[in-house]
Amino acid sequence: MTESAALASQGPSPAATGGDPQRIPFSLNGKALEAQPGETIIEAADRHGVAIPRLCYKPGYRPDGNCRACVVEIEGERALAPACCRQPAAGMNIHSDNERALHSQKMVLELLLADMPQQGPSPYRPDSELDAWAARLKVFSPRFAPRPPVAADLSHPAIAINLDACIQCARCVRACREEQVNDVIGYAHRGKHSEIVFDMGDPLGESTCVACGECVQACPTGALMPANNAGLEVPDQRVDSVCPYCGVGCLLSFHVKNDQIQYVTGRDGPSNGGRLCVKGRYGFDYARHPARLTTPLIRKPGAAKTPQLIAPQELHEHFREASWEEALDAAANGLRRLRDDRGGQALAGFGCAKGSNEEAYLFQKLVRTGFGTNNVDHCTRLCHASSVAVLLETIGSGAVSNQVADGVQAEVIIVIGARPNDNHPVAATYMKNAALRGSKLIVIEPYGSELYLHAHKFLQLRPGTDVLLLNGMMHAILEENLHNESFIEAHTEGFEALRQTAQAYSPEKVAPICGIDEEDIRETARLYSKAETAIIFWGMGISQHVHGTDNARCLISLALMTGQIGRPGTGLHPLRGQNNVQGASDVGLIPMVYPDYQPVNDPRARERFEALWGAPLSPDQGKTVVEIMHAIHAGEIGGLYIMGENPAMSDPNLSHARAALAKLDHLVAQDIFFTETCGFADVILPASAFPEKTGTFTNTDRRVQLGRQALAPPGDARQDLWIIQEMARRLGLDWDYAGPEAVFEEIAQAVPSMGGMTWARLEQEDSLTYPLEQEGDPGRPVIFQGGVFPTADGKGRFVPADYVEADELPDETFPVIFLTGRQLEHWHTGTMTRHSRVLNAIEPLPYVLISPADLRALALESGDLLTIESRRGKVAVSARVDEGMQQGVVLMPFTYHEAAANLLTNDALDPHGKIPEFKFCAVRVSKNEAVGKQQQPVEREPAAPEPTPLPV
Amino acid sequence: MKRTRGKRGRIQGRVTPHKALADIRQLLGDEPRDRDLLVEHLHKIQDRYGCLSHRHLLALSIEMKLPMAEVYETATFYHHFDVLKSDEAPPPPLTVRVCESLTCEMFGARELSAALRAAASSEQVRVQPVPCVGRCHAAPVAVVGARPLEQANKDKVIAAIATGETACPLPEGVRYAQYREQGGYALLADCLKGNRDRDEIIAALEASQLRGLGGAGFPAGKKWRILRGQPAPRLVAVNIDEGEPGTFKDRHYLETDPHRFLEGALIACWAIEAEAMYLYLRDEYAGCRAMLERELAALRQDPPGALPPLHLRRGAGAYICGEESAMIESIEGKRGMPRLRPPYVAEKGLFGRPTLEQNMETLHWVRDIVEKGADWFTSQGRNGRQGLRSFSVSGRVQKPGMHLAPAGITMRELLDEHCGGMLPGHEFYGYFPGGASGGILPASRADIPLDFDTLQPHGCFIGSAAIIVLSDQDSAKALALNAMRFFEAESCGQCTPCRAGAAKAVALMEQPEWDRLLLEDLARTMEDASICGLGQAAPNPLRCAMKYFPGEFES
Repeated sequence: MTESAALASQGPSPAATGGDPQRIPFSLNGKALEAQPGETIIEAADRHGVAIPRLCYKPGYRPDGNCRACVVEIEGERALAPACCRQPAAGMNIHSDNERALHSQKMVLELLLADMPQQGPSPYRPDSELDAWAARLKVFSPRFAPRPPVAADLSHPAIAINLDACIQCARCVRACREEQVNDVIGYAHRGKHSEIVFDMGDPLGESTCVACGECVQACPTGALMPANNAGLEVPDQRVDSVCPYCGVGCLLSFHVKNDQIQYVTGRDGPSNGGRLCVKGRYGFDYARHPARLTTPLIRKPGAAKTPQLIAPQELHEHFREASWEEALDAAANGLRRLRDDRGGQALAGFGCAKGSNEEAYLFQKLVRTGFGTNNVDHCTRLCHASSVAVLLETIGSGAVSNQVADGVQAEVIIVIGARPNDNHPVAATYMKNAALRGSKLIVIEPYGSELYLHAHKFLQLRPGTDVLLLNGMMHAILEENLHNESFIEAHTEGFEALRQTAQAYSPEKVAPICGIDEEDIRETARLYSKAETAIIFWGMGISQHVHGTDNARCLISLALMTGQIGRPGTGLHPLRGQNNVQGASDVGLIPMVYPDYQPVNDPRARERFEALWGAPLSPDQGKTVVEIMHAIHAGEIGGLYIMGENPAMSDPNLSHARAALAKLDHLVAQDIFFTETCGFADVILPASAFPEKTGTFTNTDRRVQLGRQALAPPGDARQDLWIIQEMARRLGLDWDYAGPEAVFEEIAQAVPSMGGMTWARLEQEDSLTYPLEQEGDPGRPVIFQGGVFPTADGKGRFVPADYVEADELPDETFPVIFLTGRQLEHWHTGTMTRHSRVLNAIEPLPYVLISPADLRALALESGDLLTIESRRGKVAVSARVDEGMQQGVVLMPFTYHEAAANLLTNDALDPHGKIPEFKFCAVRVSKNEAVGKQQQPVEREPAAPEPTPLPV
Repeated sequence: MKRTRGKRGRIQGRVTPHKALADIRQLLGDEPRDRDLLVEHLHKIQDRYGCLSHRHLLALSIEMKLPMAEVYETATFYHHFDVLKSDEAPPPPLTVRVCESLTCEMFGARELSAALRAAASSEQVRVQPVPCVGRCHAAPVAVVGARPLEQANKDKVIAAIATGETACPLPEGVRYAQYREQGGYALLADCLKGNRDRDEIIAALEASQLRGLGGAGFPAGKKWRILRGQPAPRLVAVNIDEGEPGTFKDRHYLETDPHRFLEGALIACWAIEAEAMYLYLRDEYAGCRAMLERELAALRQDPPGALPPLHLRRGAGAYICGEESAMIESIEGKRGMPRLRPPYVAEKGLFGRPTLEQNMETLHWVRDIVEKGADWFTSQGRNGRQGLRSFSVSGRVQKPGMHLAPAGITMRELLDEHCGGMLPGHEFYGYFPGGASGGILPASRADIPLDFDTLQPHGCFIGSAAIIVLSDQDSAKALALNAMRFFEAESCGQCTPCRAGAAKAVALMEQPEWDRLLLEDLARTMEDASICGLGQAAPNPLRCAMKYFPGEFES
């Protein structure tokens, strides 16, 4: 016996085991062990390499102790105890492998196995946890008769339900209700009739399931699985990467077989803890869609450009295939000729917030050094440009102050102008978790999305009245002396002006215009200002207005006047939309600034980048997305290089934008599909989808995360980084970046806040938070600590804002307010998601949300076709009635090319952020007479018998 | 309510079922929409419409701001709620419940059910087999609507259906004024005035050695003292979910002398300084509920002192809700699924607060013990045991009923001294000493003192002291199967050993030849690994039948 074993055999004592008084000495199967405080038996056993069977237990989830596979004997206790729920106490003698414990562990497995299909291994997955434990404990032929047959539910395009493999461990219930808080799964009936149900026992495909797939990921036996037996294939490899969709930046794994992604699972990333949403989990197959562009295309001579869209199936009438050499030459030469003839200002580039930091960085560098202009922009202009402008103006930093994970620890959480449950679904799950924990969630939105169900307060304001409401709150705060005078004094300037502005906006005055109760405004102001910790999350509802910067200014003023910034759980968080809109902005894909938000018109900044890049730079601010469209119409810009963006769908007033694209002398479009924009191109370069390349992506939290290549680009499609370099060489630049790593090294030089990041560390840790200036720094999750701002004087600036009405108000001809937005299942203009089988199966057709009263007034029913018409265009779209809509307001996703919402939108710009007013224009809504029938067969639910009261 | 996204949702969008919502709003009036009232509100719909339709459940989920799944899973848990499938027609307006638990089966309940099904119009009447309704002394029992018919037969039931008398008559017990006239509530008033010392009252309970009479037998005084040491706010919860087959003692005391337990409960509230008291009454006792509502109103009208808020909550047909933590879940408006312990109810009970949960009868004795002294209680008892036990006796005896007898009395003594011996023509064969879960003993073991702790060595326990006497005309094997079917039907479904174990056990026990080795293997795990007492005790009758009645297994 070794000395340590001898010591151990004497039983646990603090002296013998190192003496940490925090540790709890106990014995497991005769061995002296120590548990950490709060640790369960199963956790302690796992840490010490003792395997105890378990099925309902899933690390990270609340242990439920229902399966009883993990029962252990605790000496002195009458019954066995579940190791997943019980904690060792000092001196406890526990047995997980004696005859008594093993008898019940094996019996539990035998009982469950008896009810499996054919009483054997799960037919739905190769790695059922029940099968694994049964094999390990040698439980093979159950001696019991099986339960009656259980029918499958295959009604959902993404998820197959085979409850004949269900062991009722309720992991899915906890997944749905406690993790993602989607509240769809229930455990109904009782005893042997107990079953997992969706809503009220509905087929999954007809339930309110949002298909986040958390339950599938949680299921140990395959009773819940990806549809079509995708989980039965054993993948060749697992590639750890990041989600390509929204700014939450969930880490995930691609499970790949034969150069195809079989399925996706969530990884324990800092912003998702293993969670994903329907897009991240099921929206991956677009990369292998047959419509992918796989060969370079050149516009046929004589194929005239018109503002009309070209359908993908007709593309060969307008384009011919070409070699890369020919296509790249054509693409670059067209741009070079314009540059040489008319100067760099005749060119522009649209980069992409879906691309990596490396791609965005090289793209803007190409435009600035190769084109010789600052005319480079991307969809941040349609998104949070106003927020970023204001953040830079007031507190000197264009990113969030606190990460989502930190923000949801706040006592009061305000979500304004955002529908995170649709657009940042995994972040929303953490907000809902916070509400369950007792944080006060305050939702301020014109549309009653599901998040309000979890809200302490829901203020459903009239569209476009944010400045009134926020000034009203500030007025109330001042009136009740709830502002933080010492913070204002020490850390801000310009407060007097704000006070004077706020004077004019008493809650009683603004309340009726906002459509909100005056007391609700006051109460919200009190809750926010009095909270120990408080955070504001905001989205496009704030930024996409002609007064978007004013909206954001008000939010920042609120935070500054109450001192609700610069502490853990306290600050400001504009929810960034795209997976890399933060990063693309950080690395300079913006016309006014170089990387790190250095103004192009600041000579010192220009000198710095001229030195870094070894090229002269234009001192003039470039044009923004919508300005570029105007400039094309004005004949100022003739050449455009678009990487990944789809302005023929995403820009406001599409007729105007499409006409501009058609007017271009030379358009190079680089994309993965033949997008609406590609139809206007002279050269189309087939590029790589997200899983086909490696790069870094910066999420809404300032986390720089590594996406790894999982697939090869199809056919002759090429990685974007290669394409950009080839274009650069043909424009006279002498570039030779070996790969993303080399570009990243240069970014670290260009962006000091990322200066300490290394590729090696990213490969190891997957996710790093900036500011991270020096190698080895941990990164700073909360910035502005101590109220110090990165401005010239270290102070935050109040910029008061007066109420400005929307650019185009409803009138007699166009009486209805039109809003655009996104939806859970689709991404922006649909390039990816409408090529995803599952996502497009769930939401295949355009629709407009309308209030029940408005629809009744048209004498129509949900599903009927409407015509929506603005001064700029009209679309035919089916109505979807929604009680969350206010009367006189309709809301439409801008995803669908069949009915492009942006044909209607107004291209009036916010004067500072240059962001168009997507969130407000005037339309009229009428029955679509021309068609007179629905776009899809309407299977209206048969009227169920109405229960009648019993005779009393 | 959420936006529907599935196939239906694409067309239907997100809409409120306005008519159903109007129904619900009218039904709920200005009552609170708090989460814990879900079961209460479901009762209102069931009472009014005779069923729970999807539309009404959806409307209720909107009105209470609850997920549909939570409303649905709760509604489908309880036997007394008829949740319709979306295209299902409502059930017939009248339900006749025929008890098919142990004693009633012995007295021909199955034959009665069959006869009623044949005789009654299936459009007008639904005949439902149900577990024990707490009137076993008068087996078989049928409940027409809410009206129990004792010693039921086909003719009685058909007649009751014909007359339409379906309400449960109110029991004629001691009413509030009368109870006070007879000196009732004086002790409570004394306590509330500060004339009594809390520790003194608790000490009296401790000295009396009064134990929890719901079945678990935890010393009452000790429980009160533990609660005194828990952080405020504390609560009191009274368990009147008497559902153990064979048990009707709580109903007896409730019907005859309801204020005695109420006074005890209010003294408990005072002693532990509880913020509120919840009474959980099984739905089967409809007459008691109406009477209790009336008496609580009288009490509130003219209280003997400042009372805490008193909440009367209604079960909905679930034996498991008699389990203390399941009852708490049910009061919180959820499925009655027992909680894992620790933490114990005394530390973290109703609404997460330290809770003193007591069986009703336990509280019934508080006044007597304090007024007459602990010695009065301990001086009673027999065969070395102390105290009194209220035996619910049913089966093949001359005088079935509630017999108050000394603790420790033997079956033989009870039979002879209190029950008038066996029925003519019946020979004493064996007995269930503690309802369905307490096991079965043979006549040869009729000399064991009946009390807590005395039966465990025999693989049995006294539980709620429900004695079911078997004769030579009964089969322990058949009644063990009846008991296992009961546990199978009443298992909450949470843990594998009980949910799957009871179902597998029933299947094995339905075979002509029992696989006794496998059943014993299974029984061991049910006892050892189930979460709560239901699953742990469920194999007792099965094991006793095999152990004590080997003759029934000889082929």
